[in-house]
Amino acid sequence: MRINVRVFAQYADWLGTDHLVLEMPSTATVADAVRSIRSRDPSGHLIPEEPLVAVNLEHVRGNRTLADGDELALLPPLAGG
Amino acid sequence: MDHVTQSAIDVGELIKAAEADACGGIAIFLGTVRAGAEDGPVQRIEYSGYEEMLQVEFGRITSEALERWPGVNVRSVHRLGSVPTGEASIAVVVAAPHRGEAFAACEFVVEEAKKRLPVWKKEIFADGRESWRANRVDATGKWRSVPESRRTARASKLE
Repeated sequence: MRINVRVFAQYADWLGTDHLVLEMPSTATVADAVRSIRSRDPSGHLIPEEPLVAVNLEHVRGNRTLADGDELALLPPLAGG
Repeated sequence: MDHVTQSAIDVGELIKAAEADACGGIAIFLGTVRAGAEDGPVQRIEYSGYEEMLQVEFGRITSEALERWPGVNVRSVHRLGSVPTGEASIAVVVAAPHRGEAFAACEFVVEEAKKRLPVWKKEIFADGRESWRANRVDATGKWRSVPESRRTARASKLE
């Protein structure tokens, strides 16, 4: 299945992009997607193992199962206000 | 309701939108860019956000405030882009029948916003240095902004 990944702020700086598309197995979770992103060279490892994440505009945890077409967002530490 | 602006926040407009005949008090919170952060004089802060989620999450926070304090009117907006020292980056206006509800609901919205809104800020210092900041809970249980280098990745997780 295809997962659209949005990346923001310092994470986008580290990865050199603000948007990725992942091809993942149909049973993949958010944590699986994060592992895939962290394996990208040269700077994926800078992303925390358990970053803040959102799926389809909602905060979720790493065990959330993904579905084809989901938008996964990697959220650096929040700093609103 | 539009919760995002790229220009200066018009507080008067928010007050007009929130006020109602049934309301006897209006609480207003403005978060402004401080000049004197821990690491030196700040010239401005560059705010960026996940705008689609920011809109939705601010709406969720407003709905939660309405459930807890029925009868209040909440208007809130976050500014993105470059915000100079002294100008507001966030405004929350709550009109309520009585001041207690207005203060309580306003504080609730501000605290939840700092905890949940997908917004990031980079301080730009007078000497050209840049520093990402992040919100964390302080000893009093309030969310406050600190330089990101002083916190751990795990500390960023929502409880």
